[in-house]
Amino acid sequence: MGDTMTSPALLDVAGITQRFDVSKPWLQRLIAGDPIRVLRAIDDVSFSIAPGTTLSLVGESGCGKSTMARLAVGLYTPSEGSIRFAGQDLSAARAQPALRRRMNMIFQDPYASLNPRWLVTDIVAEPIRQFRLAQGKAAIRARVGALLTQVGLTAADGDKYPHEFSGGQRQRISIARALASEPDFLVCDEPTSALDVSVQAQILNLMKDLQRRLGLTYLFISHNLAVVRHMSDRLGVMYLGRIVELGAAETILRTPRHPYTRLLLDAIPDLDHIGRARTPVGGEVPSPIAPPPGCSFHPRCPLANDRCRQEKPRYTVVDGVQIACHAVEEGR
Amino acid sequence: MRQWLDSDLAYSFRTRPTAILSVIILLVLTIGAVFAPLLAPHNPMDSASLSLMDSFKPPLGWPDSEWTNPLGTDNQGRDVLSAIMYGMRISLLVGVCAVVFAVAVGITVGLIAGYAGGVVDALLMRLADIQLTFPAILTALLIDGIISSALPASMREPLQIYIIVVAIGISLWPGFARTVRGSTLVERNKDYVMAARVIGVPSSRIMLSHVLPNVIGPALVVGTLGLGLAILAEATLSFLGVGLPPTQPSLGTLIRFGNDFLFSGQWWVTVFPGLTLVLLVLAINLLGDWLRDALNPRLR
Repeated sequence: MGDTMTSPALLDVAGITQRFDVSKPWLQRLIAGDPIRVLRAIDDVSFSIAPGTTLSLVGESGCGKSTMARLAVGLYTPSEGSIRFAGQDLSAARAQPALRRRMNMIFQDPYASLNPRWLVTDIVAEPIRQFRLAQGKAAIRARVGALLTQVGLTAADGDKYPHEFSGGQRQRISIARALASEPDFLVCDEPTSALDVSVQAQILNLMKDLQRRLGLTYLFISHNLAVVRHMSDRLGVMYLGRIVELGAAETILRTPRHPYTRLLLDAIPDLDHIGRARTPVGGEVPSPIAPPPGCSFHPRCPLANDRCRQEKPRYTVVDGVQIACHAVEEGR
Repeated sequence: MRQWLDSDLAYSFRTRPTAILSVIILLVLTIGAVFAPLLAPHNPMDSASLSLMDSFKPPLGWPDSEWTNPLGTDNQGRDVLSAIMYGMRISLLVGVCAVVFAVAVGITVGLIAGYAGGVVDALLMRLADIQLTFPAILTALLIDGIISSALPASMREPLQIYIIVVAIGISLWPGFARTVRGSTLVERNKDYVMAARVIGVPSSRIMLSHVLPNVIGPALVVGTLGLGLAILAEATLSFLGVGLPPTQPSLGTLIRFGNDFLFSGQWWVTVFPGLTLVLLVLAINLLGDWLRDALNPRLR
């Protein structure tokens, strides 16, 4: 199931599953007689990212994108499967500061991701101090100043508090902090979805620019296909904890094959086809606590038949793209 | 300083007369208490200076009153005003120490429970729940009783003030622990904590340098209100006679002694310490209420 690549992967995710116990507290459960409830946030997901490239994961709210982001930097330990970073098991890699330094994360909410009581200098300097990348006050200040300049702020901004900045500027501070550990792998969890559209483009261009100059590798999480189109080399479409389509971003966006990807792309407004009748994606994402049997997309899928309702689809490879769909496999 | 004067908190203070009034009352009372040896007209602890000839002098304005005893004297000729000033020293000292003790325990427990979660959280919070089922006075009586029976009287007296501080502190900590735990639960899931965890900052440092500065505000508000409670608890214990020894009379002790003369007409011996206690606790509570409103963003 692992997808084929020419260069060795920087991040290699193999068959991981993440379950969360979402039962009520023990005593309440005992009194009410409720069973243990388990949420399957990630269900048998595999992908890998080559150095210097961007893999994007898209999907609706609750499909497990953010859980995947946290798994990729080791904030969660997967219930099953393995994640390897630079050829080593992720938890082993994270035990070594020299390897842990090479991964960092950019968060969605620029208001919650910066400690309101800390000066910007201290926020950006935290990874520098943690990994002892500079010694002495003056050296750290100089490094922080350089990082702030690199993301389009000024060194003097270090003496301010986060609340003195706009959302876009805060996201720049967040990027400066992520770069402070001199990483080569960045997990970006919806870094622009909390920003105004005009500011989104600036932040995305900054990130692309930094990728080109520093050779960064991105795992980019988003629900916005327009943003993904701009950023990605490869693309994975997630639905209810599974990757339903995975391959080169250009191929998928040009000829989407999975019915879910097609519905998602169909829902994007298009200036060339004004007044075109669009098929909205009907229904809601089912609960991951009680996912539907068979293909989890079948309750909303226009092509679903009896096989889809019973049997989990395996990946079919078409044009270098992996698709988990019976209809594609059968050519329906 | 300039920055503080321009802040929202300072503005809210300037426009709230009750806040200004309570701070003035507290300042006057605290200065009177802290500098009692310098300011008080007499030394009530010095039995050599007492004379039974001066006993039961009424306060100023009543017949036979003397200006050297503006609030009158008690049955041994002790100046009531001086006794109040010295008594407040002890009341404030015990109250502040008990609250500091309770805040220290409460913040530690609340931070650990909120940040660790799971079994640790459940255990610590059930412990707090159990503590809350005992009224503060009962806890203090229990601790006092255990220590009294364990130690001989000669050792007990100098230790009594610490016993009272710990007893009141223990009865107050669950309030702080709950407040801090609640705020910690909110903060620990914020992305800035995640950012620190991603680069491998140890949990203890995340709690102290990231979470603590963001949860201490609400704890200080509860602490201010707790100070009033602690002073009242000490007064109640002393009134019941299980608090501080008579050699260290607090406001509660003064009220208890004076109570014996209330119905024989010497009302001032108990009423003035009582009024001082009311004024002190009222000012603290009004200040705490203002602080709570001023720091609550939803009430701005």
